Order: sequence, then C-alpha cells, then structure tokens
Amino acid sequence: MANPSSLAASLSPEASPDLVKRAELSEIDASTKAPAIFLLGSSVLWLLLGTVFALIASFKMHSPNFLGDYEWLTFGRIRTAHLNAVVYGWSVNASFAVAIWLMARLARGVLRHTGLLFTATVFWNLGVTIGIAGILLGDSTSIEWLEFPPYATPLLFVAYALIGAWAIITFRFGKSNHIYVSQWYILAALFWFPWLYSVAQIMMIFSPARGTVQSLVNWWFAHNVLGLWFTPIGLAAVYYFLPKVLGKPIHSYYLSVLGFWSLAIFYNWAGVHHLIGGPVPVWVQSAGIAASFMMVVPVVVTAINHHMTMVGSFGALKTSPTLRFIVFGAVSYTLASLQGSSMALRSWNEVTHFTHYTVGHSHLGMYAFFTMVMFGAIYYILPRILLKEWPSAPLISVHFWTTAVGVIFYVVAISVGGLKQGFEMNNADIPFIETVKNTIIYLELRSYAGVLMTVGHIAFAVNFTWMLAKRRKAGATAPTLFRTGPEIELEASAR
Amino acid sequence: MNRAPLIFLGIFFALAFSWTGIVLVNQISYGDLTPVYDENDGIAYPQALPGIAQQGRLVYQDLGCVYCHTQQVRRPGFGADIERGWGERQSVARDYIREPRVFLGSMRTGPDLRNVGTRYVDTPTSKAGSEWHHRHLYDPQITSPGSNMPPFKFLYETRKIVGEPSVNAITHLLPEQYQPEAGYEVVPTKRAESLVAYLLSLKDTYAYPETNNVYVEPAPEETKAAGQKEESK
Repeated sequence: MANPSSLAASLSPEASPDLVKRAELSEIDASTKAPAIFLLGSSVLWLLLGTVFALIASFKMHSPNFLGDYEWLTFGRIRTAHLNAVVYGWSVNASFAVAIWLMARLARGVLRHTGLLFTATVFWNLGVTIGIAGILLGDSTSIEWLEFPPYATPLLFVAYALIGAWAIITFRFGKSNHIYVSQWYILAALFWFPWLYSVAQIMMIFSPARGTVQSLVNWWFAHNVLGLWFTPIGLAAVYYFLPKVLGKPIHSYYLSVLGFWSLAIFYNWAGVHHLIGGPVPVWVQSAGIAASFMMVVPVVVTAINHHMTMVGSFGALKTSPTLRFIVFGAVSYTLASLQGSSMALRSWNEVTHFTHYTVGHSHLGMYAFFTMVMFGAIYYILPRILLKEWPSAPLISVHFWTTAVGVIFYVVAISVGGLKQGFEMNNADIPFIETVKNTIIYLELRSYAGVLMTVGHIAFAVNFTWMLAKRRKAGATAPTLFRTGPEIELEASAR
Repeated sequence: MNRAPLIFLGIFFALAFSWTGIVLVNQISYGDLTPVYDENDGIAYPQALPGIAQQGRLVYQDLGCVYCHTQQVRRPGFGADIERGWGERQSVARDYIREPRVFLGSMRTGPDLRNVGTRYVDTPTSKAGSEWHHRHLYDPQITSPGSNMPPFKFLYETRKIVGEPSVNAITHLLPEQYQPEAGYEVVPTKRAESLVAYLLSLKDTYAYPETNNVYVEPAPEETKAAGQKEESK
C-alpha cells in the first residue's frame, strides 16, 4: 500500500503497484534533481535572509532608534525587503520546486531539457536579488507586493514564463491518463500568475492607470498572488502528501472538485476587501465582500476533505515529519481563510483594517499555512531526489516545535495588539499617540516570537546543508522519523 | 488527458471574470476622470503639485512611508477619521487623478496623512509648518515622545559652519541633546526639503460635486447616544 504508486492505484483501478513503476518514479525524481536542488537551496537562503530582515523590521517597530542611522535599513525599506525576500525568494522558489516535482510525478513524465529550466531558475533568483538590492537602495515602487523596481521585473517575468512552460510541457508529455486534483491546482496557478503579474506591471508601473484604478489593480493582483498562486500550490501539496503519507485515498473526490471550482470562482474577486471604505466605487467593494464571504464554501469543503482524510490516522503524526507540518498547515489554512472572510465584513473591517491584526492574519496564511506546508513537502521530496535520508531527527523536531509554537505566539500577540489598536483608533477621545504606545508591548512580544521562529529556520538550514554535504550510504534507506512507528505499515507509509 | 481543455477553459474564465469586473469595467467607467474647473476660482481641481513637492513624493516613495501612513479618509460614521481631524470629508476618486502613483496605504501605524497639509501650515509670515516637519523627521521623539516612527537624521547634514551660517539650518529648532558641536550646523538635504514640501502640499479641501453626495449626516439616534455618552462622563 505504501509504495510510490499507491496514489495512482487508489484512483484508477488498472494501475497496480509494481517494481517497474517504482523504477519509473525513481527515474522521474532523478530528472528533477538539478533544478529542484537549486530551487530548494536558494529558497532556504532567501528564508534565512528574509528572517534577518524580518527581525530587524520587527525590532525597529518597538525600538525605532535601533539601527536608525542607516538609510538602507530604515523601516519602510527593510520591511519591504522582508516581504519580497520571503514571498518571491523563499515562497516562490519553494513553490516552483514542489510544483515541478509534483507535476513530473503525477503526470508520470520525465523532466526534459533540464539545462534550460535550470537557467530559468538562475534568472529568477538573479531577478529577486536585483529587486531586493534595488529596494534597499531606494528604488522601491512602494506598490504593495510589487515593490521590485522596473529594471528587475522583465527578468522575473521571462524566468517565470520558462519555468511555467516546463511544468506544462511535463504535464503534456506525461504518460498518466488521469489528472489528479493537485495537478488542477498547479496548472491553474501556473496560468493565473503570469496574467496577474503582467496586467499589474503594465497598469501600475509601465503605463499607470489614472487615480484609484491603480489601487483596484494593486489589490486585484496582491490578493490573487495569495489566492491564485500560493493557495493552489499549498493545497496541491496537501492533496498529494496527506493521502500519500497516510497510504489511503483522499476522503472525497467530489468534494475536491467542488473545492477547486468554488475557489477559482470566488477567490479572484476577493481582493477588493483591502479597499473597503476607500475612494473606489462602492459596488466593487460590495462585490469583494460578497466574494470574500463566499470563500467559506471552498474552505469548508476543502477542510472537510482534508480533515476527514486525517481522521483515524492521528497516530501517524507521532512519526512522520512531513505529515506533522502538512497537517499543521492544513488546519491553519482553514483558520486563516475563515478569519479572512470575517475580516471582509464591513462592521469588523471598520475595526481591523489598517491595524496589526491584518499583519497577524497574513502570517497565519503565508506562514502557518503555506510555509509549513512547504517545509513538510521539502522533508518528503529531498530524500527522494538525493537518495539519502535527513541526517538529524532532533533538528527536525526543533524545527517543527519552534516554528509551530513561534507562529502561534506571533499570531496571537499581534492580533490582540491589533484589535486593541483598532478599537482605540476608532475612539477619537483617545489621542492617537496613546494608541501607538499601547501597541508597543505586543510588538515586543511579536519580536520574541520571531526569535523563536528564527531558531527553527536555522535548525532547518543546518539540517538541509548537512544533508547536501553528507555522503550517501550504500543500502541505508530507512527514512528519518521522529520515532519508530508502532506498525510496519505506518513506518513504511511515512516514507 | 481529454478533460484538460475543459479544465483550462474553466481556469481561463474564472480569472477573466474578475479581470473584467474589477479591472476593465472600472478602467472604462472612471479611468478617464477629469479635474473639475471652478469658474469662481479660475482653477481646475485637484491642482497639480508644485515641482519640489513632486520630488518629495519620490522621497516618500523610496523611504516606504506608505507602509505606516495611509492617504485616505473614510466616511463619517465608518471609523473615526473625521473626528480625529484627518480630513473634513471622505476621500473620493477624483482627489487622486493627478497622482502618477496612488499611495492609499493599508496600515495606520501612524496617522493618516491625506490632509496633513492642513494641520501643519506655512504662512507668508511663519514657517511653523516646515519647522514642525523638520523637527519631527529629524527625530520624532522631539515632537511626539513615545512614537515608534524611525528617525530620518540621514536626510540632514551636520556640517562645519564656513563663513555665514546657512539660512536653511535647523540647528536652532533642535533641543539641547540634539545640538551639534560648536561651530557645526544641521542642514536639511534637498531630499528633506522636498519631502517637507510634499507633506505641506497634502490637502483635499475642495468640495467636488460628488463629495456633497457621499457626505452622510450622522443619524439622529447616534448623535443622541453620543451626546449621552459625553454627558455621562
């Protein structure tokens, strides 16, 4: 049950597990090696750099004189560098690696012409490097989520187009007749992102629209990067790894279809909720609110599907690192999305908009959901590409507990502070400066949570580097688990 | 494989839907909004920014001020923007049509700046507005103790006085602990001057035809309730 083709077996009856398939999968995994290792290696480097930027920005928020004399480290720039490093550096690189690997495996197609793909991934990282340097040196566009200066973006676009094309070619030439739900999400994300990115670049930077039409384009893009790029990639990974590690099929095929299409229809209208009460037509705001609320449908459907798959298999959480991260991410997805829907309601938005509460929400989504799922995926993928196991289980354990506890602590602290800020800001009897002073303690708590998460990232990076550097042992193929599983099947399936 | 074209069509139309609704329809409906010419004043509103303020707008952009300061006033009864004195009326789309880049912002770590030019004002006889901004930018603790805004000392130059002291120097505005050594003075750079000019220029005071429509008088019940609250204090 636990061999690599169990998923295919669970979905189409004629696919039966055998050694030929196993060899084929091994060949497919091997074909993704060069680009995947480069993408994952760069993503880990960006994660570390983004974390350093985050800590500096976080400390500056409660101690404004910290590094206050350096122009390139001023809050407005370092905060922006943090966002772009973790979004376009860490998250997109990791998404590329996971998307390409999943696509090759699920389409049962060997990745071709990896040299060109490898070049594209190098260009992507070159573009991100130029962009971040540009932000720190003062060339930021100050458009949220599109801060990279105009001289970096064409390079990024071309690199993206090549990487996306490779995944689609792999899909097209694959041998599989079945299109698994993860592939829908990946294909959709690969198609949506360049559309969003090119429209936003043209209407915001190269030929700016007039007035607040820009703001509509801005949030149509920025929220859809989350909803139509990171969310589909994250969900694709959950849909693959959850049944894979557990060795049983996903709860309901029909629910996954419903979840996909309702997400596709509703999510892309939701971005306007960032402009509630702003100087844009009220009907678009209302449409955005309605769409945000309708997101409850895909979220609940997907949650039922994921969590019902999990029911009865909680024991496996004790052993499998991948499963632990993926389940943490899946639960966070449900919470972050329901919270997001509530924040779009006008009466609640009046309080939470413009406060740190929104920052808490974004970290619940991008970190507790997406980043944790990517960690889980990397713990599964890397051993299969390198044909060796993770060197240290304790380091994985440190990584999980520091990031999990850290991000919960982070979100709780900043959300409480944000709510206090929101309620006080709407009460004109309280002087504004008092509302600022009252948030400082929560901003300090957030910094401590950030330090904890940093420890986890360092543990992850050490384990990652150690794994790349260590020599492969002949014959040793036991997976690195937290502890030996109680049953043979679990132990094997956790691979 | 056969279902791939169908899935692709679905994926295409999903995004085409919002692209049409959010981007295209709005671009068509108000993407060519024009200024309003006031015959009494002989001026088209909103007015273009003076050149130095345009340069200041770029400084505002490169330092990332937008990440802590919004530039949008919400309507009366939705938040306390008006009560806090951040504007006399709600911001409307026409306010922004002259701006090459719109800085609506999404975060209020600091106050809204849409009308900061009405709060700190230079007059022909006084430079109180610019002086406040220079002191505040040099170190926010001077004007707003307890603020978490970073200092922008790097926009100012501490240099040796050669001959006559500079007329632009702000040395005399700074408290004792910020004073440079004797024989030195603190002078704003070009960027500091233009940033201050930009901040002084931020004001939406003109009443467009549409601002009269969006202004909603607070309902009588609410004023009564608010009045009672005040009495109870």
